[in-house]
Parts: sequence; structure tokens; C-alpha cells
Amino acid sequence: MKRTINVAILVASAYSLMTAQVAIKGAVVYTMAGAPNKDGVVLLKDGKVERVGPASSFTIPANYKVLSGAVVTPGIVDAHSTVGLSGILNIPADQMQLEKSDAFQPELRAIDAYNPREPLVEFVRNLGITTLHTGHAPGALASGTTIVVKPIGGTVQEAMIDPGMVAFTLGSNVQSTYKNPGTSGKAVATLRGEFIKAQDYTKKLFAKDPEKRPSRDLKMELLSRILAGEVRILYTAQRATEIMTVLRLQKEFGFKLVLDGAAEAYLVLDEIKKAGVPVILHPTMVRPNGDTRNVSMETAAMLKAAGIPFALQSGFEGYVPKTRVVLFEAALAAANGLSFDDALAAITINAARIIGVDNRVGSLEPGKDGDVVVFDGDPFEYTTHVCGVVINGTVVSEKCH
Amino acid sequence: MTQRWSIATAGIVCLALELFAQDQTTVVRGARIYSAEGAPIENGVLVVRGGTIVAVGDAGMSVPSDATVIDAKGKVIIPGLVDTHSHVGGGSGGDRSSALHPDVRILDGINPLDESFKKALAGGITTVNIMPGSGHLMSGQTVYVKPRPVRTVEEMLVYVDADRTIYGGMKMANGTNSIGEKPFPGTRAKSAALVRQLFVKALDYKSKIEAAKGIADKMPKRDLEMEAMLQILDGKRIVHHHTHRADDIITVLRLQKEFGFRVVLHHVTEAYLVAKEIAEAKAPCSIIVIDSPGGKQEALNLSYENGAALVRAGVLTGFHTDDGITDSRLFLRSAAFGVRGGLAREEAIKALTINGAQMLDLADRVGSLKPAKDADFVILSGDPFSVYTHVEQTWIDGRKVLDRSNAEDHKFAVGGYGVFPDGVTLDACGGGE
Repeated sequence: MKRTINVAILVASAYSLMTAQVAIKGAVVYTMAGAPNKDGVVLLKDGKVERVGPASSFTIPANYKVLSGAVVTPGIVDAHSTVGLSGILNIPADQMQLEKSDAFQPELRAIDAYNPREPLVEFVRNLGITTLHTGHAPGALASGTTIVVKPIGGTVQEAMIDPGMVAFTLGSNVQSTYKNPGTSGKAVATLRGEFIKAQDYTKKLFAKDPEKRPSRDLKMELLSRILAGEVRILYTAQRATEIMTVLRLQKEFGFKLVLDGAAEAYLVLDEIKKAGVPVILHPTMVRPNGDTRNVSMETAAMLKAAGIPFALQSGFEGYVPKTRVVLFEAALAAANGLSFDDALAAITINAARIIGVDNRVGSLEPGKDGDVVVFDGDPFEYTTHVCGVVINGTVVSEKCH
Repeated sequence: MTQRWSIATAGIVCLALELFAQDQTTVVRGARIYSAEGAPIENGVLVVRGGTIVAVGDAGMSVPSDATVIDAKGKVIIPGLVDTHSHVGGGSGGDRSSALHPDVRILDGINPLDESFKKALAGGITTVNIMPGSGHLMSGQTVYVKPRPVRTVEEMLVYVDADRTIYGGMKMANGTNSIGEKPFPGTRAKSAALVRQLFVKALDYKSKIEAAKGIADKMPKRDLEMEAMLQILDGKRIVHHHTHRADDIITVLRLQKEFGFRVVLHHVTEAYLVAKEIAEAKAPCSIIVIDSPGGKQEALNLSYENGAALVRAGVLTGFHTDDGITDSRLFLRSAAFGVRGGLAREEAIKALTINGAQMLDLADRVGSLKPAKDADFVILSGDPFSVYTHVEQTWIDGRKVLDRSNAEDHKFAVGGYGVFPDGVTLDACGGGE
């Protein structure tokens, strides 16, 4: 009996923690929806943003848990990661981001591979990342799908907020990972062949005679949905040559596209702009190596000046660090020509828009998810700490990291 | 022929101008100066002449009237940074034929024209310990250089001993990087046994030399491996030891105690767990700062607080880039993360400069701004630990070798098309996958 009571208390307190109302006070509150509030307050209720405004404009209700700090921002959105598929140990058993049996496997699903208990998930969460677009890694012609998650929950269902895109790559790493295709020309021919097959498959799907309809094919089903514009391609292409090839493919097949990596984007700004394609730019600190050897720390600023919508990402790392931290990548972009506001937007509202979850995250506005970060100084300074992280209205970290 | 002559003449003229420039007194005034020798000096004055520092002081200091004056008002001056562990220069060490290569010199593989030296300059680095990779128990001899814009590696050397055989230290490693297929060790215990066997052999070589008492006939045959080992045993060549996990660190200290070599511990992910033992052994530590833990099992317990913990324990503490693992251009960032983890700001400056110089036995020449030391310094746009701060100028031996306001140099600071045509090598400490 005693035990039952204890359990009941435990359940009750866990419940109250989950549903606790939270007030977050900041000397500056960046809402990413209008000008920042000096001496601002964000009220969270039932997991959502209830109200945002200057502290003088309303009183914090007595039953609200209060967090406070120098700077408050929306939860940070990492527009492209592989965390949860790529694990901290970097041994084959925890590297699930790239299947090497075949270069073209778009049908692989991140939902079947994401590990919400991966230690790197907690690591990035403690540094204020509250939304991650993660999944299959660059390196295959098509490596599989991605998902948008929050770094919480014990199952992928609890973590996931959006089904994501399909990860495609053009670049030398495809040829170095797979025997086939062996050249970039062959890579593109293979892709075009698959898309043409999918066009044919789609046509047959709608055949009047059920006998003539094709049998189910996971690969073709997905490509068919891509061609119908129901699923977007996250296309990793670093060099200008591959960026232009991707734009050419898009013109031919009309799929919906987000350009990823884009190390040499600064060479083809006009073309990217004309194509109307958003860019999830490589990490500012990506190593100048292989296809990224011509990377510049100033590309984010150049994309901004060109009027191309873009977000920043942590990307994929094969060694150390096993993951980058998108907050730090934005910081360096802010030190190299991008304004503070634009750098913050690239990891909050603009990132949310590009990955398609801005109805829920990316800014502090009533009705949006209660995802908030508290800093003890300028969020981009190396010496500033992340001292509070709130996801869906629940405080998940109160220690300074 | 005529053309060749004119090039040669131009060369002589340049050289003459350069010597003239070196002979000139240069005064940099107005900056906040962190000398790594004492408290910061506001509105400071730095006087250099003939490649060395003449004076460091405040605005009241008198300076020669014929000096070239550089206005650095609002700027910050720090000593040229000392990177105790880097893989710039395109060199490599031992091959896969053995796990131990005491005879191999990275000196023989360095390309002074490699663009990676420009990365170092863009990061304010003026002294570098270039190491062969960590895929061996002993990868070879390291070399201490200044990334001067020259054409031969000889002109880059910082230190050469009287016998002209020592230019740097010796790279060693334990833990997982040096484990592999035969002839590499398969386990940690075997790793230590192979190292001990080599040291035992060196002790034997040493006793044969001592027994010969200088009589040529009785001397053992020349042996390049043993000659380098002897330098280690005699304390003339410092061992720079890659080691991450606490137990691996303790193993290094155990071997050090057995054979008495001088050692600097590098990377030291878990040093904070054994800070007391490291302090007792008086082993300096050079830390690598990685953005996230993991990437390999040994690096799981990464902590930004490592530096603060080591300094608190009384360990001589520094940082390194391990370029291309981290980028030379962002070396200040490593110490800034130390500050984030509780390291005092002035300790962090020292960790990037004088402490590193001590680890390379070069503290009499570089690492702080003090009269008679080499005129190696960096002009920063602002606070050394702010992300928004840029290295504006890097000076080596009283010469400006990088100026961010110059478009050619700016390119090296930020990157771009064709700036680093060879990319970076990760074979280094990585060993990668």
C-alpha cells in the first residue's frame, strides 16, 4: 500500500513537472517576430507560448516557475544534422547514417534508425538546440529520408514533429564511397534513369485497368511522391559544378528542392537566386577539404546580400568533433560579415521555415511551441553559457553549459 | 640571361630593404597589451628593433624620435601564439613498416610554400611544433618552426642545437590510434611493452657508449634510431605524447618515471580526472578543444573545464590546434572555450603563448613580450576571447607577415576559391577512418 502511494506521488509530481507553467525573463528577449524586447518576459502554458512582452506590461502569475538570464531566444533549430543516426562512439555499431550496399536507396527511412537516447542528442540539447532536422547523411546518390525531431522523448514517435525530406548527394564522396557510379557523369545518368523510371511508374499507377498498375515498389513509390512535389529533396552539392547540375536536374524533373552544403555557392549566386531555391549552408567551420576545400567563412553573408533564403547547419562529421554545434557555426558567420540578427535568424525562424516547421518553432509567438533558451550573455560569444533550455514548456536543462 | 640577372638584382634589393627594415625601430602604440609577463597595459607602447623587442611599457615611455610609429589605438596586442601541436606544412612521419620511428624526421617532408602556413599566420600563430601523426607509438621527430614566408625549411627553424641534429621533439602516442595489425600493437599492454623494449635498447646503447670512454674502436656502430633515443634519455629531446584517457595518461607517466624522459602530454581529454597525478609528475599538458565529445571512445569525456582543472592543480597548461583537426585560424577560440570552462583570462593568454613556449624549451626566445625576446606579436581588433575579434596583423621577428586589411591576406583568413588547393590532412592525429 505504502509503495502504491509513493508511486502515485511520483506520477503526480512528474505530471506537474510536465505541465508546469514557466516564465522566462531576459534582459533582452529576441522573439524573431519583431524587435527584441528589453526586460522582456515569455510566459509558457500547456507547452505553448502564452504571451511575450516587456516585463512592465504584465505580472508573472504566482504559480509559474521563473527562469531568467541576460539573453533569451527561441529554441535553436539545426537545419541539418545526422545526430541520432550517427552516434558518439564512431564505431560501425553506432553509425547508421549511410548504408553502403548501394548508392541509390531513397527508401531508407530515418524513422527506422533514429536513436532518441543517443548521448549526442542530449549534448546538443544542453547547448540550446531544441529542433533538429536529422537523418541520413550526405554521401550517396540518395541515402534515405530525414526527420525533424525535438531532442526529447524515449521513442522516435515522441521526438518527431515532421517527416522531413529525402537526402540526395552529388559530389566526389559518392564516387569514393561506392564502386558504382564511378564518375560524376555516370552518377547523373543513373539519377536521370531512376527519375524516368519513376515517371513511368507514376503513369502506370493511374492506369484505368487495375491489371496494368505496377506492383508496389518502395523506391518508386517515394520517387513518385518526390515528382508529385509531396516530398522535398535535400540535395547536398558543394562545388559549383554539382550545384549547377542539381539545378539542371530540378528543371528537368520539377522536384521541390532545398540545396544543402553549397560550399561554392558564392560562385553561382545569381543562378541559385533565379532558381528560387533555399540553401542550408555548410557549417561555417567545415574543414576546407575535398569538395569543401574552397569554403569561405563569408558565404552566409554573401547569401544574405544576394537575397537567397538560407539556414545554417551542424552537418555531418566523420571523426572529431562527431557533431558540430550549430550555435557555434552561426557565431562564426556573425563574426564574418553576417549581422547578429541574420545569424540568429539562420538558426531559428529562417531554419524553421526552410525545413517546414515554422508553424510550430523558430520564434516566440503566442500559440507556438514553448521552446526557449536562456543565455548569460551574447549567445554567440565563446565565453557565454547556455544556462536554461525549455522544450514544449518543460525545463530540460538548468545548468550552465 | 638578362631576365635572370634582373630577378637576382631585385632579390638583392629586396633583401637590402628587408635588412634596412629590420634595423629600423618600430613603435606600436595605443593598444591594450597583454604581455604574458604581468598585468595588461592600457594604452601601451611596444618598441621593436632588429627583430627583437626593445621595450614594452605604457604611454609615458620615451621612444626614439626616428622610429616608424604604428597607431594601434583601440586594438589589443598579444604575444605571437605558440601552437604546441600542429600538422601544417604538408609533412609526414613514419610509414606503416613499424610502430616506432625514432629516426624519421618530419623536417625532411615539410613544404615551406604549403598554404597551411598562411592559415597559421592568419590565426596569429608565430611558433609551431609540427608533429608527425599519431598512428604510431613513435611517429618521428617533430620540428619547431616559425611560419616565416621563406623558401626552405632551414630558414623556418626556431632552434638548432650545437651539433645541428636537434630541431624539435619526438612524437609518441598511446591509446587506440597506434593500435593496429602487426607490426603495430594489438593492445594497450603490448603498446607499452614495445615502447619499453625500445627504451631498454637505448639504455644498452648508452652504456656501450659510456663504456667506450671516447675510444673510437670501442664505440657502437652509428644507429640513427638509437642516436635520437639517446637525445631523449639525455633530456635534450622532449617527448610530445598524444594521450587521451586517464589510464593512458597514467601509463605515460609510469614509463616516464621508469626511463626519466621529459614529456609534454598532448590532447589529454580526461586529464581533469588525474590532475593531481599529472601535477606531481610535473608533466605539462597541452589541450585540444573539440566542439563535441566522442568521435572515438577515448574522447567521450570531453570537458570545456579541463584547462581550469589543470591550472587549479598546478599543471603547466597550454592549448594546441592539431591542425587540421581544429583550424589554425581559430586558435584563440580554443583558449576562449577554456575561459568558458572557468580558466582565468590571463591564464588563458599564457596558455596560448608562454606556457607553450616552455613546453618547447623556447621560453627564452618566444611566448611573451619582454625586452630581448623575438619580436613576435599579434595585433587584434578587440578582446582576445571574443568571437567577433579578428587577427589584424601578425608579426614575426619584427616583420609584418600577415595583414588582414590586405586582400591577399584576407583571403587566407576567411578562405575562398583556390585559397587552400590541397585542403587539410586528417591523417595527422586523427588517423581518421
